[in-house]
Amino acid sequence: MTGTVEQDLAALAADEVVTEAYSRDVPLPDGGVLVLVTVDNGRDHKRPNTFGPRSLAALERELLAAKARAARGEIRGLAVTGKPFILGAGADLSQVGVVPDRATAKRIVSTGHRVLGMLGELGVPSFCFINGLTLGGALELALNADYRTVAESVPAIAFPEVFLGLIPGWGGCFLLPNLIGIENALRVIVENPLKQKTLTGPQAFELGIADVLLPSASFLERSIAWAGDVLAGRVKVERPHAPGRLERLAKWDIAIGVARKQLESRIGTVPRSPYVALDLLKGAKRATKAEGFAAEDEALADLIAGDQFAASMYAFDLTQKRARKPAGAPDAALAKKVTKVGVIGAGLMASQFALLFARRLKVPVQITDLDQARVDAGIARIHEEIGTLLGRGRVNQDEANRLTASITGTTDLADFADCDWVIEAVFEELSVKQQVFADVEPHLSPEAVLATNTSSLSVEAIGARLQHPARVVGFHFFNPVAVMPLIEVVRTPATDDATLSTAMTVARTLKKNAVIVRDAPGFVVNRILAKVLGEAMHAVDTGTPFPVVDRALDAFGLPMSPFELLDLVGLQVGAHVLDTHHAAFPERFFDSANLHALADAGVLLAKDDTGTVKGFDKRAIAIVQRTVPKGATPLTAEQFRERVEDGLADEIHRMLEDGVVAAPEDIDLCLVLGAGYPFQAGGITPYLDRVGASERAFGATFHSPPIRGAASRS
Amino acid sequence: MVERSEVVFVDGVRTPFGRAGEKGMYWGTRADDLVVKAMVALLERNPRLPKDRVDDVAIAATTQAGDQGLTLGRTAALLAGLPRSVPGYAIDRMCAGAMTSVTTVAGAIGFGAYDVAIAGGVEHMGHHPMGAGADPNPRFVSERLVGTDALVMGATAERIHDRMPHLTKERSDRFAMRSQQKAAAAYEAGRIQPDLVPVATRSETGWGLAVRDELMHPDTTMEALATLRTPFRPHGRITAGNAAGLNDGASASLIASEAAAKELGLPVKMRLVSFAFAGVEPEVMGLGPVPSTEKALRKAGLTIDDIGLFELNEAFAVQVLSLLDHFGIDDDDPRVNPWGGAIAFGHPLASSGVRLMVQLAAQFALHPEVRYGLTAMCIGLGQGGSVIWENPHFDPKAARKARKQERKAA
Repeated sequence: MTGTVEQDLAALAADEVVTEAYSRDVPLPDGGVLVLVTVDNGRDHKRPNTFGPRSLAALERELLAAKARAARGEIRGLAVTGKPFILGAGADLSQVGVVPDRATAKRIVSTGHRVLGMLGELGVPSFCFINGLTLGGALELALNADYRTVAESVPAIAFPEVFLGLIPGWGGCFLLPNLIGIENALRVIVENPLKQKTLTGPQAFELGIADVLLPSASFLERSIAWAGDVLAGRVKVERPHAPGRLERLAKWDIAIGVARKQLESRIGTVPRSPYVALDLLKGAKRATKAEGFAAEDEALADLIAGDQFAASMYAFDLTQKRARKPAGAPDAALAKKVTKVGVIGAGLMASQFALLFARRLKVPVQITDLDQARVDAGIARIHEEIGTLLGRGRVNQDEANRLTASITGTTDLADFADCDWVIEAVFEELSVKQQVFADVEPHLSPEAVLATNTSSLSVEAIGARLQHPARVVGFHFFNPVAVMPLIEVVRTPATDDATLSTAMTVARTLKKNAVIVRDAPGFVVNRILAKVLGEAMHAVDTGTPFPVVDRALDAFGLPMSPFELLDLVGLQVGAHVLDTHHAAFPERFFDSANLHALADAGVLLAKDDTGTVKGFDKRAIAIVQRTVPKGATPLTAEQFRERVEDGLADEIHRMLEDGVVAAPEDIDLCLVLGAGYPFQAGGITPYLDRVGASERAFGATFHSPPIRGAASRS
Repeated sequence: MVERSEVVFVDGVRTPFGRAGEKGMYWGTRADDLVVKAMVALLERNPRLPKDRVDDVAIAATTQAGDQGLTLGRTAALLAGLPRSVPGYAIDRMCAGAMTSVTTVAGAIGFGAYDVAIAGGVEHMGHHPMGAGADPNPRFVSERLVGTDALVMGATAERIHDRMPHLTKERSDRFAMRSQQKAAAAYEAGRIQPDLVPVATRSETGWGLAVRDELMHPDTTMEALATLRTPFRPHGRITAGNAAGLNDGASASLIASEAAAKELGLPVKMRLVSFAFAGVEPEVMGLGPVPSTEKALRKAGLTIDDIGLFELNEAFAVQVLSLLDHFGIDDDDPRVNPWGGAIAFGHPLASSGVRLMVQLAAQFALHPEVRYGLTAMCIGLGQGGSVIWENPHFDPKAARKARKQERKAA
């Protein structure tokens, strides 16, 4: 017996890893049969259950059989549960990503609605026993059932859809707010995914997603017994969070409005899916189930066929796959063992390094600086930070003791003798960095790795005067060090494979994603930012008003406007970055005397007492207006945006020609991880392809075929 | 100050026993999970017991490796959600593992070292076939310390038939058939189920739920038994029909001092009177319960006539018959295994001892006229274990009435 999922959908999913559905009869305590359906793709926990067309067909087959048995009075209920540790990770996105057209997308969505919806139409009560990881479509599987149990040990329950450019479209947007109330549903469907937050089993129970929380050691046994109690009427299920009339009348629309405002201020209006989710949640107030599901069909089909989802999937894959297998990484077996770390410098950045290395590498860390006072200050700063970690419960007392004991300070470089990884974080000036490496080298074994955190200098030049330049590698962190996931690992022509491999292994142990880059000015992230900021300052320098420039790039959906970014990195640093890039590529990168003037005056944005940006500082406007050349023509927002798009396409094309990184994927990975560029733009190159900038700049596209949704392809 | 104390059996449970091997219901279930589920259910049944009052956890397994390795009592305690302050250890005395868990913690309670302990056992004979991984010392053979039969349990049972020719295969088969019939009747009457812990079973074709012993054969006939192979000897007497099978299962019990049970409001299902272990020739290991029972009776100051109920582990029918024969008890005496035994339920080695106690405790509640009961079992390499219990529901009036009826009937 097969389900009725259409043949052509099943054919589309020829290589689907099928999540099978197996029914077994289990006896209820009061007699009678509960059909227990297990969804299991037959793989271990590293390959969670997913639901593509053939998986849905398998589930439908079992549900149809159960429905027939229910009609004959053979069964009293049906429950669905997962394989060990996992209910499911959602719809099979590898299938969704290759749909040929919107119509097919819609049929995949409506098939899911039909199959999962059967859980409410079996003729007997249905249950879902949420035994483990439950994401997206798997959570909708649970929501379509009449009752849910959840295990105390479940690590993650979530709707990650809007993070990926989708919406929960197998009933989630309709069912969830009607189960747990609009505010809770907004949190689960819109807020959590954008913060990449998930719920634990107990949290899901608290929110009302599950009706009962059960201990994990006997979860299925207790769930079956609980189902028996419900079926026998011994347990009456209360749903305190379910919205009542008052909530629908008074609270619902207001909550949606508040959420919309928050979204607009946090992520702008470019990403479509969170707003589509808001619309569906709004509609769920009055819609019938059929209407709600139909609205989800249409909305999700639009998104699946759209460009933002295609770019999001591309970006998601980069962070999940390419980030874990960096292009150009030498054999990990070549990596040298790191048993002690030396940090040159005891300033803010160096202190962050010392703590991060001690926490993750679990080895002694030695810091040094010019004099004892600076060293003491650095150590004091580190101790304070350890105290903060302890206070927040991020480390326990034992670990705090270990960290405190393992980080020590010295002014004698001889103490670095047994360090096999030395990283410098001193003033960003070539001669200074050359000097500290030259000073420390005689104390080290010839195998010890010397890493520099430079952001703009030539790594090769920093190591040029050393006896063993092959051991020098760039190791460029992003601020704040503990939070930002990217490290640009810079390979010079002299860097040997063992050194590079060590750097990659250290980066991974630090739980960072490393991208290997060539020793070129600004590497990847700073070069892109310098391009954007240079263009922005140039536009202002030539008479375009600040506000026009500042909002002109909103279509990118970047986390910050150009001047917000300048304000964040600091005007001084920004000016320095522009100078460096202008010096390296004078014909393509602008420097800006005005920016130096603004930095000297310390003015740019106008902020209120709470730090909220209220426009531009009048003094800043005055400074730039003084120097606008006569006859300069201000750019329109449109002109400026196109100029930046074309400039970026040109610059990235050059970077690839010069082999700064292996592929456009690495550029995007750096921008997503190091600069927070959005998934819906795929980083930046899918965006540049789809707006035509690549064609204009170099007569081709970065990706072939371009990364676009089915609606744009056909 | 430590104070010597009376020891009581508060409660006990077991999992349904499964068929060992790939076709069995627990093939996809871990051994430690079986005993953990039994412990969790035991604690849930006794919510008055604060978990931090458990002084120790003794869990037995014959093969202490793989999913039965790593000091089971401690790992099971952690997995069952007991506080980290509760210690635990592993026990091995082959078939009498769980029984030894009980007597060991009972010793500590009697001495006053513990107030409350969990004692149980597990054997996943599918994951750990008997003797797997063991490396017997070659001296056993070279110095003829034991006969070659001693390590093959079926062969030791054939030896009992040799030694006692009047214990015929026909008597063994009849005892086995009655065990199956009594077990089926007990299930039918709902006697077994209250102390069974349902276990979710995992397989490649989905989860199921075990609520019954897997290998029961209620329709066993003498004719069918007569046709079974005798795998240990051509034309022998031991068959799969008159021996316990190879099984997976677990059991757990709550043992306490009488004072602690009273303080915590825990029920008392049995009171420990005495226990004993004894050795016999390894080649006839099934005779072990005879001397161990003699010893336990002697320590208790009782005679076999004082025992009103017997729960004897049926590793082999002939080995139970040998004990009955020794004490002059009929093969079909109604006091003996009234609800059937291991031939019907199964015998997952180190878990069976507590099963005997669980069934005796349930029978005590139904038989206030009975004062004392015996749980006993044979043990590989020539040992026997016996534990004598007193019925807290014992009522002298009921006993007198029962004696009167008996005389009338006579």
